[in-house]
Order: sequence, then C-alpha cells, then structure tokens
Amino acid sequence: MSRFIVFLLPLAVIAGFWLLSRQESKLAHDPTHKSFFQRNGAVLGIVFIALVTFWMLFLVVMPYLYMVQESFHPRLPPMKRGGPEDFLTIQQYKSFFVEPSSGNWNTLHLRAFFFSILTSVFVTAVNFAICYPLAYYMAQAGTIQKVRLLMLCLIVPYWVNEILRAFSLRLLLASKGLINQTLMGIGIIDTPIDFLGTNMGLYVGLSYAYLLIMVFPLYNAIESLDKNQIEAARDLGAPWWKIHRDVVIPYAKPGIASGCTMVFMLSAGSLAAPQFLGGPSTLWFTSIVYDFFFQAFNWPRGAAYAFILLTACIIFVLAILKLFKVSLGETIR
Amino acid sequence: MSSGVELDHITVKFGNFTAVKDATLDIKSGEFFSFLGPSGCGKTTILRTVSGFLDPSSGVVRIGGEDMAGIGPNKRPTALIFQNLALFPLMTVSENITYGLRVRGADKAARMKRADELLELIALPDQGKKLVSELSGGQKQRVAIARALAVEPKVLLLDEPLSALDLKLRQHMRNELREIQKRVGITFIYITHDQGEALTMSDRVAVMSDGEILQISDGKTIYDSPATSFVASFVGENNPMPGTITKAGKTGAVLKTAFGELRGANPHGLKVGDKAILFVRPESISLGKGAADATITSQILNVAFEGNVSHIFMKGAGKKELSVTVGRHGGAEIPAKGAKAAVSYDPGYAVVLPEGKMARE
Repeated sequence: MSRFIVFLLPLAVIAGFWLLSRQESKLAHDPTHKSFFQRNGAVLGIVFIALVTFWMLFLVVMPYLYMVQESFHPRLPPMKRGGPEDFLTIQQYKSFFVEPSSGNWNTLHLRAFFFSILTSVFVTAVNFAICYPLAYYMAQAGTIQKVRLLMLCLIVPYWVNEILRAFSLRLLLASKGLINQTLMGIGIIDTPIDFLGTNMGLYVGLSYAYLLIMVFPLYNAIESLDKNQIEAARDLGAPWWKIHRDVVIPYAKPGIASGCTMVFMLSAGSLAAPQFLGGPSTLWFTSIVYDFFFQAFNWPRGAAYAFILLTACIIFVLAILKLFKVSLGETIR
Repeated sequence: MSSGVELDHITVKFGNFTAVKDATLDIKSGEFFSFLGPSGCGKTTILRTVSGFLDPSSGVVRIGGEDMAGIGPNKRPTALIFQNLALFPLMTVSENITYGLRVRGADKAARMKRADELLELIALPDQGKKLVSELSGGQKQRVAIARALAVEPKVLLLDEPLSALDLKLRQHMRNELREIQKRVGITFIYITHDQGEALTMSDRVAVMSDGEILQISDGKTIYDSPATSFVASFVGENNPMPGTITKAGKTGAVLKTAFGELRGANPHGLKVGDKAILFVRPESISLGKGAADATITSQILNVAFEGNVSHIFMKGAGKKELSVTVGRHGGAEIPAKGAKAAVSYDPGYAVVLPEGKMARE
C-alpha cells in the first residue's frame, strides 16, 4: 500500500503548479499584470506546465520519493515484496547507529560519516582560501587579457574527465611518483612521503575537483562590487586586509555562501576522488552507500544511509547560513 | 597648519595617451578650487593623482609642502568624495561616517561622539542608525561629505559629487557645500564639467581641455576675460565671430567679420592681419543700433520667450546662430520673426582672441 503513495503524492505537484498559475495574477499588486496564461497563451501555457510537471515528477519527485519509501522497508527479495514480511520500519536508519547483528555501536560507519563531513569542511575551507584571492584578482585587479588567460587555465583541465584527473594526481603523489622522486632527487627527503596513505591525495584531489565551483560564485559576487567602494575604503585609510574584511567579504557573502555550500555538498557526496585517492584505510561515507547498492544489493539500507547524509548536509549548511546571516535565497541569486 | 596643494609640472600618461600635460599650479590652504572642463579633459586624472590613486609620470605633488611621492591614498591627508559617492551599502549611516576612524583604531565611544558631531554638521541628527539605502539623494550626498570629513583631512577632493542630483537639489547643495567649506576651513578641490557649479562655489577655477590647464583665475575673470577661444566658448554662452584684424591698439582691435568691422578688447595684443575670433556674450548684446563698429544687422530666425528673459536667435556668421538675450524690461519691442534687425554691444565686454580650439557644442 505504502508504495502507492509514490503515485498519489505527485498529483499534488500538478495541482500545485496549476494553483500557482491561478494565484500568480491575483498576488501581483500591479493591475496591468498579465496572468501566466494571458502571457503565454493557453496552448503554450499548458505545454510549459506539462513540461515542468514532467521534469519535476519523473526526474525529481518520484525517484526521491521511491527512495524515501524504500528506506523505510526491510531488505527483501523481489518475490516477497508486498507480502506479509514487508512492513514500514526504521531499522535501516537504526542500523547506521547500532550494528543490527551485534547490537554494538556502528563505529565503522559513524566514523566514516564524520570523517567525510569533517574532511568536506576542511576541503571547503582550503578551497575558499585558494579561490578567494583568485576570484578577487579576476574580478577587480587583473587586466582583461590576464583574466582571460587565467580563466582558460582554470577551465581547460576540467575538460579532462574526472577519473583521468584523479589517476593523474595519483601518479604525481604516489610513493614513486613525480613529486617524491623530485624531492628525493634534490635531497630534501630521504624516504618517500606517503601522500596517499595519509589522505593528502584525497584532500588535494577533492580541493582540485571543486575549484571552479568555488571560483565562479566568488567571482560573480566580487565582480559586481563597485571599484569605488574599495577605493573609498582605501582613501579613508584602510589597509588592504581591512578593505577585504569590511567591504569585499561582507559584500561577497552570498557568493561565498553559495560557493562553500556547493563545494561542501559535492565533496561530501563525491565518489570518484575518495575511491582513487583515499588511503587504504580511508572509508568515505558515499563508498559505503555505493557498496550497499551495488555490492550488497541492500537498497533499503543504502537509501537510508544516503538520506542520512543528505539530511546531515542540509542541516549543516542551513546552520552555517544562519550563523553567517545569509538567507538561502541569496545563495542562489 | 598649511594644507595647500602644489602641482609641480605634473604629467600623467596612460600608454601613449597623455591625460595631463605639464600641469603646474598652487592651491592655497583653505581655498575652494575647481577644475572645470569637458569629460575626458584630464580633471579626474588630476584628482586621482592628488589623492594618490595614480602616480604622475613626471612631476611632484606636494600637500602642505610635503612631497607625496610613494605615499599611498590611505596615508595621504586627503579625502575623496566619489562621483557615485561609494557609500558602503551594508553599513549604517554612522558606520559609514566613522569608517575612517574605525580603521585608524579609534574606540567606539570616540567614534560615536564624532558621528554625532558630523551628523549635526550635515543637518541629519539622529539618522545615524539608518541604512544608507533609506536616505534620499541629497542626504546620501551629505553622508558622503561627513564620511570624508570624519578623518579630518587637510584637503577634501570632490569628483563631480552633485552630478547625480536633480537641478533644485544641486543648486541647494552648492550653497551647502560652500557653507561646509567655510565652516571646516580646509582646502576643497572640486571637479566639475558644470560651469555654474564652478563659478558659484569656487575661489578660483582652472579651466582644462585635452589635459592642459588653459586658465586659472577667479570665476569673474574667467567669464569676463577668457584667456583662449576654448575658455570663451566653454564657459557660458558666447557668440564667436571669426575674422581678420584690420586695426589693433592697446585698448582694442577691430576685426573684419562676416558682419562687417567689429571692435573688441585685445588682451593678447594681436596685430593687424592676424586671424582671430571676436566673442560677444548674448547678454552683452542689446536691440538697437550703437557705434558703427559694434552694431550687427541680421535676420531674426527665432525668438524664445523664457519668462524673465527672451532669447533672440539671428542668422549668424557661420553655422552657429547669433544669440541675443534681452531682459523683460529691456525697453525695445522684439521685432517679428523673419525681420531684419540691428543689435549692438558694448565693445568693453567683447573680446578678441587668437584662433584656436573651440568647445564642442
């Protein structure tokens, strides 16, 4: 029965869009405002609503809803689904905290979870530290030619696919990789540094993977800052770091929030970089989710874990936004 | 405390383009000094050089006798008011005003005290807690002035700060700026392309064109005795009448123009045969015949009634019409459109200048 909720709830989406289009003209205080259907005509209006509804339903709402309800069921072979052993349960969520077989705390998964979150926070911070000066230079300081060149240098590496990029980093950072060979060659170190085993590779790979995602929101935010504001602060006697602290960063806050949110979310949910660049003992949370889906074929538990990660990330991000007094709307400006 | 500004052979180049050519002038302490010129004449470049945002390619800027080379804008005793004001939108009015004190490390109590003083000065008491966006254009203007004055600069630099305001407010702010300058007694350097602003507020005006300073004088002298054809045509309305000099003396010269031989003052001491332009201001011309060498006869093309005055446009010597401004109670009846009429002027208020660059209309 509960599986049919998936097909009932989406009707609300259709109704929602229809109501929105009805309400839109009423809510607009401008009497000359044309309603959605007046603006687009009946045929196009229906097409738009149908397309958006289709998109929302089949690509967003239904898959997620299916996963949500999946996560509240026990793991069953297809034959037994909908049978007497199929019932709603939170055991999949519980299993994240308490190991079902032994009854002990599920330290392995909990540790992987917090490691993923903390590493993502760290990666986000490193990314910000690298990208803020870059974005500032591109938006305010650099000449057009230099900015274009820099932009090209930033973008071109991303034409290479993610796996190749991760592996090439592995080649650079490996025990017998280029960096270790060079350092040993010039006599700075005697024994190779274990970049990969100490998760150095993971941090570098994750930071690098989302560099652009941090740079562009920052660039957009800083670029619209009136140069005169910077000069005014300088003229009033502010040294450079106070100009950034008092004028540029407060102004770019929505862009910073947007960039940090995306980098954090993406790196917490990333799969390739941790698998290729993580050390042998490193367990990334998404790898666990992946394994539940494709190794253990335990979709309910995988779905539950995925939602735990999603919820945790959303709560974390909302808390950070609240802390820095940025509204969610501003980050998608 | 001397806070004069000296420009000593300042030249500023951007690549091959010379924005300011060999500017030398001495602005006295406590003076209200304006740079007047069309856009692109280099006046903003001079202001940025004084404030320290630009380094001159050659020459020395001295403020209070001290060479400013190598001293950044945050270390100079100047404060700049930007054309768009550049108030910090995320700060309150008080925070804006005291920002300069804050970055200098003044404590909160001192800052609040100074903010209150300045809010009093700009007649916006108790508005300190507002956001800048809640203020009107004129109020923002005053906040920008207060923010600049808060750091107690020796020199206040103003980059066309009134250009964004509407006419009424602009005229009001002119008086206010002048008042504030008198009260605080520091040097004001004002940049404008609006001759009305320059003439009403300034002790002295420098007229600039193409990076060169053409004339430095008080407003009245610039208006009555322009040094070049550019100054004559840029500052105020003027009727240029080009021609060749036929008689020249100490008191004046006679020029053969399209309207016949006409007389004017000859400050440059031009000689017979020189090409020159006679400038006569519209308000110096009146209806009716005068002396033979100060009377112009031409056809009336149009008459524009403007309340207190009327503008008569007559067929001119070249493309430009001859403009005559007559007062409401000037006496003589204005002839009908299309009629021929004689007008005359006082040769003492007409000036003969060598041919040269004219201001674009």
